[in-house]
Order: sequence, then C-alpha cells, then structure tokens
Amino acid sequence: MSEVLVLVDSSSLVDGKVSKPTLELLTIARRLGEPSAVWIGDPAPALETLAAYGAEKVYAVADTDVTGYLVAPKAEVLAQLVERTSPAAVLLPSGGEGKEIAGRLAVKTGSGLITDAVDVQPGESGGEGPVTTQSVFAGSYSVQSTFTRGTPVITVKPNSATPEQAPGAGAVEEFTATISEAAKAARVTGSEPRKASGRPELTEAAIVVSGGRGTGGNFEAVEGFADSIGAAVGASRAAVDSGWMPHAFQVGQTGKTVSPQLYVANGISGAIQHRAGMQTSKTIVAVNKDEEAPIFELVDFGVVGDLHTVLPAATEEITRRKG
Amino acid sequence: MNIVVCVKYVPDSTADRRFSEDLTVDRAGVDGLLSELDEYAVEQALQLKALGEHGTVTVLTVGPEQAADAVRKALQMGCDKGVHVVDDAIAGSDALSTSLVLAEAVRKVAAWDVVMCGMASTDGSMGVVPAMLAERLGVPALTLGSSVEVSGDAGATTLRIRRDGDTATETIEATLPVVASVTDQSGEARYPSFKGIMAAKKKPVETWSLADLGVDAELVGLSAAATVVASTRQRPPRSAGQVVIDVGGSGAQALVEFLSAKKFI
Repeated sequence: MSEVLVLVDSSSLVDGKVSKPTLELLTIARRLGEPSAVWIGDPAPALETLAAYGAEKVYAVADTDVTGYLVAPKAEVLAQLVERTSPAAVLLPSGGEGKEIAGRLAVKTGSGLITDAVDVQPGESGGEGPVTTQSVFAGSYSVQSTFTRGTPVITVKPNSATPEQAPGAGAVEEFTATISEAAKAARVTGSEPRKASGRPELTEAAIVVSGGRGTGGNFEAVEGFADSIGAAVGASRAAVDSGWMPHAFQVGQTGKTVSPQLYVANGISGAIQHRAGMQTSKTIVAVNKDEEAPIFELVDFGVVGDLHTVLPAATEEITRRKG
Repeated sequence: MNIVVCVKYVPDSTADRRFSEDLTVDRAGVDGLLSELDEYAVEQALQLKALGEHGTVTVLTVGPEQAADAVRKALQMGCDKGVHVVDDAIAGSDALSTSLVLAEAVRKVAAWDVVMCGMASTDGSMGVVPAMLAERLGVPALTLGSSVEVSGDAGATTLRIRRDGDTATETIEATLPVVASVTDQSGEARYPSFKGIMAAKKKPVETWSLADLGVDAELVGLSAAATVVASTRQRPPRSAGQVVIDVGGSGAQALVEFLSAKKFI
C-alpha cells in the first residue's frame, strides 16, 4: 500500500497535545493508504499520539532552515519527500499557510490541487486516485473532483472527519531536506502570538456563537452565552470592520469558514458574504431584532428579539440547569 | 516602482451562480465584474506607486472577451495601462495553468518590482494563485497582507507586510522583486472618479494570445486540467425552521428548550 503524506508542524502541537485537525488528517489518510506524518521539528512530544491515530511512519525533518522563514522551505521538504516516496496523496490543513504550501508543491510536482476539501474518499475501484468534495459558491453547491495528473495534493478543512484511533507503527525516520537559498528569501521578522482566550479554536469548535452589527459593539452577552455552552466566539464582517473584534474572529468569505455542529448568529443579518462562512453548519440558530433578516431563511430555530436580553436570560437558564 | 496587479473577472457573487454543462463555472449566463477582492490589490498597487516619483501600474487579467470590463474598471481606478490575455484555449484552466499563463504574461511586461494580487477570487476562492505565481517566477511571496510598507533605497528595496495569521500577527518581508497579496483589511478601495473614467478611455490596453506569450495551448484549458470536476450538486435549500418572537423572556426559554432537545446542553 502506498504512503500518504500528512504535513504536521509545531503549530499542530497545542498545549502539548496534537491538534484535532491533524488527527482528522491522519484519519482521512488511512482511507487512501498508509499515513506518514511529516513533522517539521522534533516529533518526540507528539509521537505517541501520531502512532495512536495511524501514523505508520513519522518523518522527522530538521527545522533549522525552515523556522523563521515563510512557506517556501516546507514546500521544498514535501516535494523532496514526494519524489522519494511516490505517495498516493499529500494532505495538508486548509489554513492560509497550508494552502500556500500546497500551491507551491503542486507547481513543483506538476500535480493536481484541491483546496478546502470537506470530504476525501478513495476512488471506487480502489485503483484510482482520491475523490474530493468541496462546498462552493457560498455553500450553495457541493462539487466532487478527481485527479488526472501527478500526486494528488489536497488541503482539508477542519471538522471534515471524526478522528478515530487505529494504532500504527509510528516508526521515526530522520529526513534531511535540501533547502535552497531562494526559498529563504522571505523572512518572518516579527510575530505577536494571539492572546489565548481559553475558548475553543474558531475553525475547530463544535459550537460557534457569533455576534454582528446588532451587538452595537458590546460582545458581553455573546461571550457569556458562548461560555455557558462551551463555544468559540465569532464575528461578522460588520463587527470586525467597526473595530469591535479582531479580524481573526471574522466568519465569512474573507474570514474563517466554519462548519460546526451548532452555529448561533446574534445580531447578524445574514448577507451572502457571511453565509459563505457558515452555511454548511449542521444546526443554525439566530437571534435578531429584525424578523425580516435574511438569516432567518437559514435557521433551524430563530428568536426575534433583542440579543442583549435574550442571551443573558438563556445563559442564566443554562447555568441554572447545569446546577 | 513598477507594479503588475493581477485581477480576475468573476460572476457576480450576489447573483445566482451556477455551473455550465461542462461543469466549469458558468461565466456567460451570469453578470460578471472585477472581483471585489482584487479591488483591494488595485488600491494597494496605486498607493505603492504614489510613494515614489516614477513608476507604472499595469493591470493584468487572463479571461474571456468580457474580462476587458475588469481591466477597464482598474484603469478607471487609476492603473496606467492594461494587459488582457485572451485565447479560446484558456477556457476551463485550473489554478496550475492559470498561474502558468499569468507568469508568462508578467515576464512579458518588461521591468516589474512587485506583482500584487488579491487574497482569493470570489468564485473559485482557492487563494493559491499568488503562491503558484511566485513559485513560477522564482521570487518570494508575501501573502495575505493587512498592511503594506516599503523601505530601503533604489539599490535594495524591501517590501514588508503585516498579516493576521492563524495563530499570530506576523511581520514578514523580502527584497524586491516579490509577489504580494492583500486582504480586504488592507483599506477601502477607491471608486473611479469622473476624471478617472474619462482618462481610462485613452489608456493603452494590449491584448495578448497564448502564441504572443509562447505558451503551448496543450498545457492549458479544461483538457489539460490536473483535476476534473466529476459532479456538482446544488445544496437543497434549508427547510425553514421554527422562528419564535420573544415576549417577556419567552424567547430565551424557547431557545434553551431547543438546544436541550438537540442535546447541545
């Protein structure tokens, strides 16, 4: 069976634990072949988990020529591993960095590229390449694609699979890549880590509670409600453009795309740009003063009312029930 | 500073977008326009040019006849000249082929210091073309900038961008020439003024074919795509759910009951 390369790096390690999207990638990789984790840096803290979720091999790549630069060195690492292992596919997380590495890798290896896959399955006869599913046009269509050329390169969105354990050998293999000088031409000269909110990561959360223009800039009710049900907090573009929330919290076409079990939109009208970022959520709930708001066309449940009174009352009731 | 700004002509995202019979995006049956996200790239290109005394901003698009509209809009906003690569063989190209055509077109635009792009198109929305273009041109890529600045002298100019990454806000930089992309956080794009609209009529626009670029037609288009769309399916409209009106706290109670019934609490 062919290897399937899964890119993981130090950012996949959150508080000493391997992140959920990485485990999802390993789970998906098992459908296509034998998962090989490609770990930039020292894999020691992650080895046990990677093996538990099916990694047969772990390529440990020295990070001296990788860290401190942008994505080009990582693309070179992967291109050299593709040449050496002829994998059935390469899987990467669908963030800004994952997509950029994937784009470069596709050019280097003359391969087909699919970004933002929400599902990846083996071809029917097993002999063909993978079949991917994407959600397009603001979530109004789903598209299935196949590959005709090269090594399938696929970036996968968080929450596209449920991580399942399946022990793999987890054999560590040191891999030394040759990094060109050109790949090191772009440098990271400053980095301010985002302050930890203590809440789940927006794109990975099972529940997302968002606020928009209707908050009037006061996110207290939204945050309190989010905390009562263990949710991540998001915001509409209107709220971000008004300077009420940082851009990292924006849900929509030019922000994050989320697909949680439950999405609660508060004071958000539901413009197409926002729908693009949340339309594929399993259950959608909205609270909005305006009963004509287009968001109500999408909801499983909606409350026409003021979020500043509805949410605190709901938070209180939930806290009371939890005892 | 000489800048090439790459723009895409896309179906209006507020219209009813769909696929054609060959499963490519229907570009003929839906009104098109300059991709909103590329307007931010045009804006930043114009601002970069304004920092120096000399320089030219060339707007470049690859697309069908109608894509000339996108070039015209960018010229009205203030770009100096336009290049439109149009060739029937390009229809249905994937990002890989599109980046190949763009790279050859950029090379043909003689001297350039910065290739500026938007963060993604509003139709395909992959957001990979800037990285692919940098890979093909062999220059660094500074992507997803929320602000752009320049430092240094004529000998070695550095472009620096700030971006909100997934886990941190980063400052990244490289010496020119570079490919850069900017997000919608980089600053409102200007509207064409009446003067700009009149001036655009006199600005030069060149139309290039694949042959002009020396690109083999076999390498582009739907038949050369490295991925194929096997099927498309319109998502069934969400069936209307229950909407209640909050009266004296009833809304909160009903909301909690709903979440509890769905086992979210």
